[in-house]
Amino acid sequence: MQMFADHSFFAWLIVMTIPAFILGVFEKPIKYYGMFASLVFLWLALGHNTVALTYLIVFCLLEYTIIQIYLQLRLGGNRSKVLYWLFLLLSIAPLATYKVLALTGNPWHIFGFLGISYMTFKVAQMIIEIYDGIIKKVSPFEYAYLLLFFPTITSGPIDRSRRFSKDLNRKIPRSEYLELAGTGLYKILLGMVYKTVIASVLYFLMKQYGMEKDMTGVLIYYYTYGFYLFFDFAGYSLMAVGTGYLFGIKVPDNFNRPFISRDINDFWNRWHITLSHWLRDYVFSRVTMSLMRTGLRKRRLTIASIAFMTNMLLMGFWHGLTSYYILYGLYHGVLLTLFEIIRTRSGLYRKYSKEKWFIIIEWALTLHLVLFGFFIFSGRLNALMHWKAW
Amino acid sequence: MEEKVLKILENICGDEVVSEEPDINLVEEHLMESFDYITLLMDLQDQLGVIISPTEYTREEMDTPNKIIAIVKQKLEEA
Repeated sequence: MQMFADHSFFAWLIVMTIPAFILGVFEKPIKYYGMFASLVFLWLALGHNTVALTYLIVFCLLEYTIIQIYLQLRLGGNRSKVLYWLFLLLSIAPLATYKVLALTGNPWHIFGFLGISYMTFKVAQMIIEIYDGIIKKVSPFEYAYLLLFFPTITSGPIDRSRRFSKDLNRKIPRSEYLELAGTGLYKILLGMVYKTVIASVLYFLMKQYGMEKDMTGVLIYYYTYGFYLFFDFAGYSLMAVGTGYLFGIKVPDNFNRPFISRDINDFWNRWHITLSHWLRDYVFSRVTMSLMRTGLRKRRLTIASIAFMTNMLLMGFWHGLTSYYILYGLYHGVLLTLFEIIRTRSGLYRKYSKEKWFIIIEWALTLHLVLFGFFIFSGRLNALMHWKAW
Repeated sequence: MEEKVLKILENICGDEVVSEEPDINLVEEHLMESFDYITLLMDLQDQLGVIISPTEYTREEMDTPNKIIAIVKQKLEEA
């Protein structure tokens, strides 16, 4: 069974949600049942695949050990940067191993289970915040529930441990739970329309009319792929968020009308939000802070450029060690850097940036730049240019 | 302390409106982008000795001058 895809999943979802709903209505904690439901779904999705299931368990135990050891060392007063980096790299090592092995086809399926990319974000976030001193305790139950929470297990949205725990341990009044459950149901239905109706139609158009190598074919592909990607992924995300709501967890939204973005910064606050904000908070911010402590302190733009490039390149690598994903990251790094230069240096920008006509031009330009980014991401640019993809 | 925070914000946002309207939403008004937020945290540390890590508070908890002042105040009292 595939999560949020197979019909049988939705049948199970209805059955498994009823007890959660009853618990919610009677203001009882949902978390223990939620953990049970997550294990049931895990079994339905992976039960037939012993190798994947084993690696998932090994991964969770391994990461838990890494987190607990680092937490004890840190609480004992160790603030060593070297130690911090060691544990951070250790926590990312399984994912890195998996990504590198993917290049060889990974015949033994080492760490090959769906969701490893998303789980790694949660684990790395915990290590980083332990170093920062804002995580002082990691409960095994909350850790396991965060990683295995079935609505978000395969493809996000990427929640944060402290936020998740707060939701988990809060008593939700009945009226609020009903509101939450209603919104959740609405999101699930909207997500279904996005994914099974709109995305499917766009996909059909794209495959039917957009595959020719002439100008029309390229243009049709260019104008449909980005929107297809949005409705497909935002549709899934809405269903995941909505399901989370029914289980009493306010899973963060992943999209906020990305195609109305007026500039590229704005876009990354609206597109795959939990990924881009994760990178902003744990990569961009950290790179910026360490560079500011160096002799570059006054060279604002140099620091911003390095931080944006590192951030987006890492995003590319995370999508996969494939040439067009890395090119996609590089492309967005350059766009963000250029925008930062314009935003801070251009007198014209400062003068007109509040005018309506300016905003319209800026919006149209951003939209086309963003669609070109998706064109790269799809691998179509590589194919058209006959660039050897790897 | 309040004045110092406002001065830092004015500098970062490049607009005096932050002192005139201390409840203005800095994120929605595009006055404080990702890079500016980090600059703010660094300046608070260097000039007031207040250490705030990038994810200690959400952006929504730090999106107006008044909210920022309240958090800095609370941090100073704790210290």
